[in-house]
Amino acid sequence: MRERKNIFNNIDWTLVILYLVMVLLGWVSIYAAVYNEDYKNIFDISQSYGKQMIWIASSIFLALVIILTDARFFSTFAYAIYGFTIFLLLVVLAIGSEVSGSKSWFQIGSFGIQPAEFAKFATNLALARFFSAQHINIKDIRTRLLPLAIMGIPALLILLQNDTGSALVYSSFVLVLYRMGLSGNYLLAGALVVVIALSTLMVGIVYVMILLILMAGVLFFFMKRNRRNIINLIAILILGIGFTYSVEYAVGNFLGEHQKTRINVLLGKQIDLKGAGYNVNQSKIAIGSGGFSGKGFLNGTQTKYNFVPEQSTDFIFCTVGEEWGFLGSLVVISLFMTLLARIIMLAERQRSDFSRMYGYGVAAILFFHFMINIGMTIGLVPVIGIPLPFFSYGGSSLWAFTILLFIFIKQDANRNALL
Amino acid sequence: MANRTLASRKQTVIAIFLVIGFIYLVRLFYIQVIDKSYTLSANNNVLRYVTQYPARGLIYDRNGKLLVYNEAVYDLMVLPRQVKEIDTAEFCRLLEITIEGFIERMEKARSYSKYKPSLFEKQISKETYGYLEEKMYRFPGFFVQPRTIRFYPKPMGAHLFGYVGEVTQGVIDKKPYYKSGDYIGISGIEKSYEEVLRGVKGMKIKMVDVHNREVGSFQEGRFDSAAIMGQDIYLSIDAELQEYGELLMQGKMGSVVAIEPSSGEILAFLSSPAYDPNLLVGRVRGKNFKLLSEDPVKPLLNRAMAGTYPPGSTFKMVNDLVGLQEGTLDLNTRYTCQGKGSSPIRCTHDHQSPLDVYVAINQSCNPFHWQVFRTFITNGGHGGIRNNFVSWRNHVMSLGFGHKLGTDLQFELSGNIPSAETFDAIYGKGHWNAMTIRSLSIGQGEILVTPLQLANYAAVMANRGNYIVPHVVKSVGEKGKKSSEFKKVVPSINPAHFEVAVEGMRQVATLGTARWYQIDSVTMCGKTGTAENPHGDDHSLFMAFAPADNPRIAIAVVIENAGFGSTWALPIASLMIEKYITGKVKRKDVEEKMLTTKLY
Repeated sequence: MRERKNIFNNIDWTLVILYLVMVLLGWVSIYAAVYNEDYKNIFDISQSYGKQMIWIASSIFLALVIILTDARFFSTFAYAIYGFTIFLLLVVLAIGSEVSGSKSWFQIGSFGIQPAEFAKFATNLALARFFSAQHINIKDIRTRLLPLAIMGIPALLILLQNDTGSALVYSSFVLVLYRMGLSGNYLLAGALVVVIALSTLMVGIVYVMILLILMAGVLFFFMKRNRRNIINLIAILILGIGFTYSVEYAVGNFLGEHQKTRINVLLGKQIDLKGAGYNVNQSKIAIGSGGFSGKGFLNGTQTKYNFVPEQSTDFIFCTVGEEWGFLGSLVVISLFMTLLARIIMLAERQRSDFSRMYGYGVAAILFFHFMINIGMTIGLVPVIGIPLPFFSYGGSSLWAFTILLFIFIKQDANRNALL
Repeated sequence: MANRTLASRKQTVIAIFLVIGFIYLVRLFYIQVIDKSYTLSANNNVLRYVTQYPARGLIYDRNGKLLVYNEAVYDLMVLPRQVKEIDTAEFCRLLEITIEGFIERMEKARSYSKYKPSLFEKQISKETYGYLEEKMYRFPGFFVQPRTIRFYPKPMGAHLFGYVGEVTQGVIDKKPYYKSGDYIGISGIEKSYEEVLRGVKGMKIKMVDVHNREVGSFQEGRFDSAAIMGQDIYLSIDAELQEYGELLMQGKMGSVVAIEPSSGEILAFLSSPAYDPNLLVGRVRGKNFKLLSEDPVKPLLNRAMAGTYPPGSTFKMVNDLVGLQEGTLDLNTRYTCQGKGSSPIRCTHDHQSPLDVYVAINQSCNPFHWQVFRTFITNGGHGGIRNNFVSWRNHVMSLGFGHKLGTDLQFELSGNIPSAETFDAIYGKGHWNAMTIRSLSIGQGEILVTPLQLANYAAVMANRGNYIVPHVVKSVGEKGKKSSEFKKVVPSINPAHFEVAVEGMRQVATLGTARWYQIDSVTMCGKTGTAENPHGDDHSLFMAFAPADNPRIAIAVVIENAGFGSTWALPIASLMIEKYITGKVKRKDVEEKMLTTKLY
């Protein structure tokens, strides 16, 4: 009894309350998104909001179970859990059912389970476990390759399921690696790669190359002109030019027609409001028409009358934007910012490397989902179908995010006991 | 040491989060608060402006009998911008149109506007509407607009009511109230009372979902405007008299106009051959209109106002009235008549000679009226033949001839009373005299009148020297509420002189050319006319009013190419008078003959 009380005392209630607020806001938004005069009851389980209620209740139950589980269970069985989800990912490839082009579902009755969602926290567990081992040296080649493999295997399997969005989530672990001592240059290089790739597609390869050469020239003028630096500069320049070529080549040769149009639409090179641009355009219209304070609860027209596709899952933010306006958007973004900052702050106060790395992983995964999901609804990133954590409709994702977060909350509550 | 440096990386990580969050907030602020175009797009997405067409006002007769009402029909509208790939073949099959027809309609709609609805197929049947409504979600961009069309319980009054049709671009340009596909009164009462009958269109703003299905009204209908029903109209027409007249005129070409003299209210207004007004309604209108307009007997021509005829002998009292007014004729004036041997105009009747004005009227003596006309034109005392003629013309026109009467119906013709200038042009100034224009003395020559003017002339006689502008609408909105005042016109002839003309007309019916068709209980005053027609057989004319004292009805009947006025126009007029005043017709033999005879 006393011990249990202690556990609840040690829990970071800020995170729990943030979690509950977001989940409830998500539920209400789903209700508003698919609201139907004939089924006004938010508890009606024949409707997606009724189902979501069940998912929420079961998620809270899961959270409770995690809180009551021994904290060491997760670090001890990290690899086992990871191994099990890899197994599930393999199985789903073999016998899973296909939903909208992705072969990523186990169909059990009317409910579907998506192993890819659970692979995220499992991978995070495994990574944290790896980094919590003694004598980790990030400069060692083996230490670098193993975590790449831990992230790469589920990412690859998910890619094979044709679920590019979920696979991309694994790139978010770069933040964990950064915290582990990976040079900030990699982050910069990563950002640079994205910028170069986008600008190549947007303004054309010739201009980007001229710009790169100019920049190299300026650098050459100001830097210490020793042999090493000059070689590095030339190497980077050649790499950069080579990269622009490969981007151009890849887009030209590897991407499917619809992916090309998606990218072109995003970049503003192509206007196609009926085809690829439709979703984004309708989504922007829905959010934009919300104005400063929104149209009011259940008064959204764009989401409700199905102008916005997937309005309860990937485009749930449209409902927030349309019905609650800029104020609602501000609240949701602030909630996420607070949650993410709070997780990072708590992660830093962990004594065990496992908990800390795990915390960074949680923040990284949530942040990636937040960035891609909301970014796509407002037309800043391409349409990549991944859910908005805690808001989007869906049992697997809600369970997975709950487990992801509450393992961290449990670790945090236990931070003193572990030493 | 290393750990401490790495711990500071949390700030970088949090900074990355915050930067992205901030960028997103700026973006959201821009699209939600600054850029208003999204609100507009949202409205375009979801709002459909559905025009609410008010039902046109109903039309009743003077006794409150319903003559014109509305039936619901459905127009299929198209919003070209929203039309996506649809199963054209099935759509065409549902509508019973060809693929070519589909393409043609779509092109027409697109050329009008991509963003505004235009008419795709008008007045689809209730059955088609039923099928279509179920499948509407499969045809985005199409929707159905309820409308009403006219329906006439009795197939009569076609020329009176006129018809309603789609508004033309010319009208849209001039009157912004009308939009493409709207209906407008094109002729008859529908045209002249268009603004009363049409009501005011309303607008309902409905919300549609992505499948083009209506899902409710916008903001609980806060911005909707209800259509205001057209106002009902009560005509001065007596439906029974009108119907009876149309029956009598079947098979005859011509017109009947009856007026209540004391009020100027038109009791019956018909042109023959007529057509069932239901033919010019709805989808069949185009086809029937073509048929009717190509018909050689011109059923679309409204002969009551747009048919002009020489008045013939009915005009003779006009010359008498001018003579009496100007003093060139009095009750003691006698002229001789040599019957068929008269010159320059022979007489067609056998009667005493010399004769006075009463006998001259009741026997319709040509030589007498020539003398009356000649005397005034030659010695009228206005300073020469030409001036006398100008004075004569002014008198004639004051009786309602030679100009539009200004009724509340459209497309009235003026008829013609020739001017001095006309004769100057024909014969040269100073080279014409009474002899040159002698035909005018007996209502022939250049004189042309409409049946309406002839009936009005009968009303002037009935009123002994004045008339109220004839009109067909008694009240608008509710029964008994006077719509507008119609002007009382007093001709330039003293009322006393009318007593002479009226007495002559009374004798026409008792002693003269109309004595064969007396009505037992009613004293009728009238005048026959057999108008020479340069294009064919003589027209048969009759104008009359009854009873002689406190007249209730003034009537003119014109039957084209039917010969003597007393053979056709007179009996029809007398039957209608009998019908109107006594409520029933006793002379079944006359009625039978008139109903069954076909004259063309």
